[in-house]
Amino acid sequence: MDYDLPDELKLLQQTIRRVVSEHMIPLEPITPEDEDIPADLRAKLEQMAKDQGLWLLFIPAEYGGAGLSIFGQVIVWEEVSKTVLIPFRKDSIFGPEGCSILFLCNDQQKERYLYPVIRGERVPCFATSEPNAGSDPSAMTTTAVKDGSSYLLNGKKTWVTSGDKADFVQVVAVTDPAKRQRGGITAFLVDMDTPGLTITGKFELMMEDRPNEFTFENCRVPEANILGEIGQGFVISQTWITMGRLRQGAKALGVAQRCLDMAIEYAKHRVTFGKPIATRQAVQFMIADSEVELHAARLMVYHAAQKLDKGEDARHEVYIAKLYANEMVGRVVDRALQIHGAMGLSKELPLERWYRDVRSRRITEGPSEIMRWVIARKLLGRVSD
Amino acid sequence: MKIVVCMKQVPDSETQIKLAPDGGGVDLHDAQFVVNPYDEFALEEALRLKERFGGEVTVVTMGGDKAKEALRTCLAMGADRGVHLNDPAFAGCDSLGTAGVLAAALRKLEYDLILCGKQAIDDDCMHVGPQLAELLDLPQVCVVNKLSVAEDGTSAVAHRQIEGGSEVVSVTFPAVITCQKGLNEPRYPSLKGIMGAKKKPLDEWRAGELGIDPASVGAGAAAVQIRQFFPPPPRSAGRKIEGDPAHAAKELVRLLREEAKVV
Repeated sequence: MDYDLPDELKLLQQTIRRVVSEHMIPLEPITPEDEDIPADLRAKLEQMAKDQGLWLLFIPAEYGGAGLSIFGQVIVWEEVSKTVLIPFRKDSIFGPEGCSILFLCNDQQKERYLYPVIRGERVPCFATSEPNAGSDPSAMTTTAVKDGSSYLLNGKKTWVTSGDKADFVQVVAVTDPAKRQRGGITAFLVDMDTPGLTITGKFELMMEDRPNEFTFENCRVPEANILGEIGQGFVISQTWITMGRLRQGAKALGVAQRCLDMAIEYAKHRVTFGKPIATRQAVQFMIADSEVELHAARLMVYHAAQKLDKGEDARHEVYIAKLYANEMVGRVVDRALQIHGAMGLSKELPLERWYRDVRSRRITEGPSEIMRWVIARKLLGRVSD
Repeated sequence: MKIVVCMKQVPDSETQIKLAPDGGGVDLHDAQFVVNPYDEFALEEALRLKERFGGEVTVVTMGGDKAKEALRTCLAMGADRGVHLNDPAFAGCDSLGTAGVLAAALRKLEYDLILCGKQAIDDDCMHVGPQLAELLDLPQVCVVNKLSVAEDGTSAVAHRQIEGGSEVVSVTFPAVITCQKGLNEPRYPSLKGIMGAKKKPLDEWRAGELGIDPASVGAGAAAVQIRQFFPPPPRSAGRKIEGDPAHAAKELVRLLREEAKVV
């Protein structure tokens, strides 16, 4: 493992850092908390990214994108998460991000789903969780039953991020109840206007995200809309979620770095009892612990990304990075907020918004306990069951 | 049009400046380094002229090994070629020494126009551009915030910032122009530029290749010696003028007149 960034990624890091600090952080105090930034502002920022040749950073070169390595994408996520401007679960300003499994589309599907997403004409969403099946896919009850040359989907999916903004959903359903996650789950591409698919809920949460509930009732989906192979759905959703976990780990790094920088700056200038609070050991320890934990998390995330770039199975490293980075960022935000005192509670600073948001990250994309369980299972083998 | 941009790598303006314990210099151990922001205006102008007239943009810098990073940034922004003037003998040059090394390099390069930043944000001397023009016996226009190059690319009308207004100067090429904020909005390196930067030519020239006697440059040959660095005295606390606004305003004017003697 190389602990230094390659020259190209160093330059990319500096460039994205400048874009964030010059064009995004200055807008922070004026953006209201919403599911996304205002459409005209997003259009303006995305146009700037296009003009500067910083567009489609998450798309492979064969589809006209930047062709960045996963490590490169991690660097971009880390930098862009240093601003609270863009809600955590929304795409940054550097082009669509929710494509990881659409690259499995066949040629016909690419024309209808992948390319329109890359061009910004269609918005995807992803549905896997169910009211009684989150981390446990074996409990999945949404079914897809073959009927002629199509499948009938029945069941409920929940926590679908951006569900009501989407033009189509990438959904997984049980096609063979005997096999379930061992070849009995299949992924489908379903247009949102398909009869039998309705949005039946929208959840208010402690952070900006307003996910939806979908209900499938005899929703007829042509066979041609199967993504990948029949029975490959569990593997596909693991691919999706592995990238999602890595992204969540990378984004924890940027938030933590910004909070730590803010805490350091504030501690140097905030004077109590005649001295800056940076002279107090209690504050120094909070800053030192944050630096140590952030450094450890960064190495974990970078390592997992480098392993994925080599084409190796990095699920174990991704579990570790997801678990540690997201628990770390909770502690770092908490300390930064404490160092800021009452100012930390103020809506003028990003800290309180992050404080609420990072709490969600110990749950989404696989809760910390599930991460610990799969890590232990690998180490202990079957005895852990 | 062949354009040479002279660039310096400088500490990022957000870097906390720490003085070395002996006061003999600045401790840059932890500093982040960037392309001098005024040199970015020069490079951006060069790239726009290249887009208009065709040709080649070469960026020249003098500095240690680390300066190569700044050259790569310039190549990623769109420069065609980098020249790194890197020799331990150059360390400690004063501004005239630096201009001399740059001039030696420029004598080996072809150019129609030389663009520099108006100053580097680290030592803020504003010397090197004008000195370079003198050493090469070229016309110079300094602190330019608007440059209109003629259709045939052989001359320009430059607006330079002077106190209370601007001075409009016409100049024939080759010339040295030093660039001021407002001239343009520098671009960021594009992703394509970043990925391609390593494939562009980056030459390293030492004193020998420039025909420079090592003893004639560097700290030993500098005409200007920096004796000591010290931080500015800490600002004393401000004074609060109490009372109703009308009275306070009068008191403020009285203090400005009698104590500060500024009105």
